[in-house]
Amino acid sequence: MKEPKYWRSLEELQQSESFRRFAEDEFADRTPDWNDPASRRRFLRVMGASLALGGAAACTKQPKETIVPYVRQPEEFVPGKPLFYATSIMSAGLATGALVESHLGRPTKVEGNPDHPASLGATTPQMQATVLTLYDPDRAQTVTHNGNIDTWGNFVTALAAVRDVADLKKGAGLRLLTGTITSPTLAAQIGEILAAFPQARWHQWEPCGSHTEYAGSVAAFGKAWNAVYRLNRAARIVSLDADFLDPWFPGSLRYTRDYTAKRRDAAQNSTEAPRLYVAESAPSITGGMAEHRFRMRAADIESFAEGLVEGASDPRQHALLKDLEDHRGSSVVIAGRYQQPRVHAIAHLLNERFGNIGSTVIYTDPVEANPTDQVASLRELVAEMRSGAVEALLILGGNPVYDAPADLNFLEALQHVKLRAQLGLYYNETAEWCHWHVPEAHTFESWSDARAWDGTASIVQPLIAPIYNGKTPHEVLGVLLNQADRSAHDTVQDFWRAQHKGTDFSDFWQIALHDGLIAGTAFPEQAPPAARIPEATAASSGVEISFRPDPCVGDGTSSNNAWLQELPKPCNKMTWDNALWISAKTAERFNLGTGDIVELSQAGRKLRGPVWIQPGHADESLTIHFGYGRTRAGRVADGVGFNAYALRASGALWHGAGAQMKRISHGYSFATTQHTQTMEERDPFRLATVDEYRSHPDFARPEGQRVTKDLTLFPMWNYPKYKWGLSIDLTACTGCNACMVACQAENNIAVVGKEEVAKGRHMNWIRLDRYFSGPVDDPQMYFQPVPCMHCEDALCELVCPVAATVHSGEGLNEMVYNRCVGTRYCSNNCPYKVRRFNFYLYSDWYTRSLYGGRNPDVSVRSRGVMEKCSYCVQRINEAKIGAEKEDRPVRDGEIITACQQACPANAIVFGNLNDPESEVSRRKRQQRDYSLLEELNTHPRTTYLARLRHPNPDLEKG
Amino acid sequence: MAQIFHRSSNSLAKVSIAGTLLGLSGLVWAAYEINAGAFITNVAVAREQPVPFSHKHHVTDDGIDCRYCHTSVETSPFAGLPPTETCMSCHSQIWTNAAMLEPVRASFRTGQSIAWTRVHDLPDYVYFNHSIHVNKGIGCATCHGRVDQMPLTYAVNTLYMQWCVECHRNPEKYVRPREQVFNMAYEAPADQLEQGRRLVTQYKIQSLTDCVTCHR
Repeated sequence: MKEPKYWRSLEELQQSESFRRFAEDEFADRTPDWNDPASRRRFLRVMGASLALGGAAACTKQPKETIVPYVRQPEEFVPGKPLFYATSIMSAGLATGALVESHLGRPTKVEGNPDHPASLGATTPQMQATVLTLYDPDRAQTVTHNGNIDTWGNFVTALAAVRDVADLKKGAGLRLLTGTITSPTLAAQIGEILAAFPQARWHQWEPCGSHTEYAGSVAAFGKAWNAVYRLNRAARIVSLDADFLDPWFPGSLRYTRDYTAKRRDAAQNSTEAPRLYVAESAPSITGGMAEHRFRMRAADIESFAEGLVEGASDPRQHALLKDLEDHRGSSVVIAGRYQQPRVHAIAHLLNERFGNIGSTVIYTDPVEANPTDQVASLRELVAEMRSGAVEALLILGGNPVYDAPADLNFLEALQHVKLRAQLGLYYNETAEWCHWHVPEAHTFESWSDARAWDGTASIVQPLIAPIYNGKTPHEVLGVLLNQADRSAHDTVQDFWRAQHKGTDFSDFWQIALHDGLIAGTAFPEQAPPAARIPEATAASSGVEISFRPDPCVGDGTSSNNAWLQELPKPCNKMTWDNALWISAKTAERFNLGTGDIVELSQAGRKLRGPVWIQPGHADESLTIHFGYGRTRAGRVADGVGFNAYALRASGALWHGAGAQMKRISHGYSFATTQHTQTMEERDPFRLATVDEYRSHPDFARPEGQRVTKDLTLFPMWNYPKYKWGLSIDLTACTGCNACMVACQAENNIAVVGKEEVAKGRHMNWIRLDRYFSGPVDDPQMYFQPVPCMHCEDALCELVCPVAATVHSGEGLNEMVYNRCVGTRYCSNNCPYKVRRFNFYLYSDWYTRSLYGGRNPDVSVRSRGVMEKCSYCVQRINEAKIGAEKEDRPVRDGEIITACQQACPANAIVFGNLNDPESEVSRRKRQQRDYSLLEELNTHPRTTYLARLRHPNPDLEKG
Repeated sequence: MAQIFHRSSNSLAKVSIAGTLLGLSGLVWAAYEINAGAFITNVAVAREQPVPFSHKHHVTDDGIDCRYCHTSVETSPFAGLPPTETCMSCHSQIWTNAAMLEPVRASFRTGQSIAWTRVHDLPDYVYFNHSIHVNKGIGCATCHGRVDQMPLTYAVNTLYMQWCVECHRNPEKYVRPREQVFNMAYEAPADQLEQGRRLVTQYKIQSLTDCVTCHR
């Protein structure tokens, strides 16, 4: 058997027995309960009875339903028409602008805010999933005191008593603990508290915050600066473990937009293509986009970077330096937060040396209100708590009992504090150890503000009154400031009134609310002094452990979000789990395999977790992700995965050497979608270098392999008006997963749980296939989003016995749920494997709190029904009706599918193929355009633009 | 050998075959009738409401336009049901003590909405849009009947798909000039088909029978 050129897993590469069995049977009978002979008879009996009653059940009389109009209908509210509000969504303290869709006061969908510099209309998967968190039935729903239900009034009394004591003692013994704060209003409030109580202290702890960025800047310049990159000007990018396309990187959406725009431009208009070099240990989506990925232990990146400064010995560094030298002022070196401050200092120095400062990288004042060394801050708090000096601790958000570095022993120290109060969205691990717990208002229930990664002040405005009477930090701090009755709205508005110079504040405020940001508040560019590199610390040896926020659930704040739990991690397509990622070579050395459970120990701390062999991972290194092993998260996340924080030390926040591994047992099974719905080795992914493309523009669809439309027995369809189509640019797609969650939110797609995912039954309408190519140890990684192809000659339509899937007059493959009887013939006949079947009642019909978040324009599917991508037909219909009423055709760009809207790379474009000037037609005219499985003659409406890479000729082997 | 069956068995067999067929078709017919009848469809059944609201009185006697209460019918999928405030704009002045209107006043006092019973209720998998129908010249009365003559409101049509599709296939039979949409007393002219065809062209009415027009 020939070795596949592109492979999705090690099993596929080896063509193992288990892979063959899985691949050949898309919807295999993986239902052991029905194969059990004892229950089979019972099943037949029940089935017979249901058949007999089946007809009768269809005659059910429709139940009486009511309409409940407003008593006083708010202005601008038109029932049936959604409203959009500009607000901001926070990630590790940084704001990204969003437009949130609201149906009669219920937020249902997040879109990016096109006017916001950090979003430009795009969203991250986590932003999309915020809606589900809002309606999460596991959110904290009441104030508790010692675990018993209490009232906000009693909490205010208790906190007022704290304030009175603090008044007497100038605040001695009063401590605040928050996450990273960028909110100008909140910072001002904390400033007032610290002024009123001079001996009170404010500590910050953000588990995955900008610890090393600021430390690196202090080391290089003697002051904390914020580096903002201008990737639209960068022709050469060097990433030193900087995963700048990952949602956790500050400004990632903007960077993705700028970087991929250059890539698309190069492919479309023959401008110079950017080239990306990435040095990293664990594979990331940024590494996937890289032309040259240097695989090395996280600790070795420092010496790699050093080599770039001191003149290279390694030919790789030599070639890279030459490339940078050739692109002075249009190159950029970015250091990631997982690296030591020294690496950041080196990056600053290199940017200075290659004349990039002021061009591709600019420096501004720090975005954080108080960019302290948070580890030192937390360490000091713990020491004080332990000494008994802390009498009252107010924790605003966060979950330090779960996510503080393990060596600080936060929980033990916390118990020395006499009064502990927490404001939090969930009654989490920390709440359990606090005397008072106050439910926090969700972002969509709050008035606040925050800064974006470039300093832009962004407004947070509520879309819904707090569902569980949650409070914002502003209101809690208001109690300490003797303003218990002041609303968060007034606090935020008064802050900006004080900032605003001029008399037209009400106009200013209305504009700010409309835009979701305060214009012109991005921090101005500053000129930093010359960078210097601090002394090197002793190099470490031995197996190292790297820590990362999970690519989906992050640092643990979103753990209880089922959309994110079921979202396959970009690089290994694993769902509902975290694992110890190691390379195949290291696994061999320790005699380990995927699914083995090992005990991992480092400096006396221990952890158990399953092993996952990850192609492309550095040798002698392993990576574990945060966000799992929760014990008080809620029904979704409790007991899922292991807690990586248990191994994290305050001295080695992101990686540390000296790990020991001991195999305990084996046989852990993961639910990964990496070979679910495979099209196998039928050339689904096409790739060329920029030079190859210039010399052979038809590489994606060579002459001899084309299939013409005349070769068909199908009826020739005629589309007089609209002919919808989709184009996906693989040169731009980074594999960030935003489209998958956006689709889930827009189309009411259910989650199925780990067991069902393992059986290949995940429901996402658009999936992101990930392909490896090249050597097992160090392969290239590529991504391909696959929605329904909406074939012209669709194989699914032919086989449906009840005409539940039919061709529309505009070329859509319609899926009619109310006709579907669940034969699954269509799915069996679909060569692209894009159809999803509701084997059980996957949609949650019974949790009432979830009703509000559903899109009222899309049916919620029941059991036994097939579903698939509809090209967001609800949006098509809405736009068409709008256009018809104005007596004009639908304009290009008026219909934006959910996946297209979320995509930060602008990789997806939807439109009318009958209009030769539409963006989608123009894209499809490129010679890179190809369709999947063209030889089957299905004429898909969804086509792809082949991927182009731009390797350095000096580095391209063979 | 003696005959096992009596001669009459022949007739009996024929009768029972015919009887079975007749009985079966009777059952089918009965099921159809029940399904199309008022018991299932509630056609012509005045639904009980918290306030016995009379469209006849408000429309015919008082001359109030449909859109005074159903404000979003021209712009939104949903025609809109008046908030209590709309009722009170008159009833804070007239009939202020009528016992019948107590639920309305109570709603206004307490802020609790009035829960009206739906008279026209489509299944949840059907997405109907009022605004486009009204804009394309389908009159209120075409679907809702002479609401202006109903003391208590009832449905006059089944809203079954068969009924919808009849118009979606042949819009020229039902379309009327746009300015007549809200005229409840409009009578189709004798040359409806001819006028209909003209309006279909003029209003660019498409015969939309794709499934996704209504189901998604």
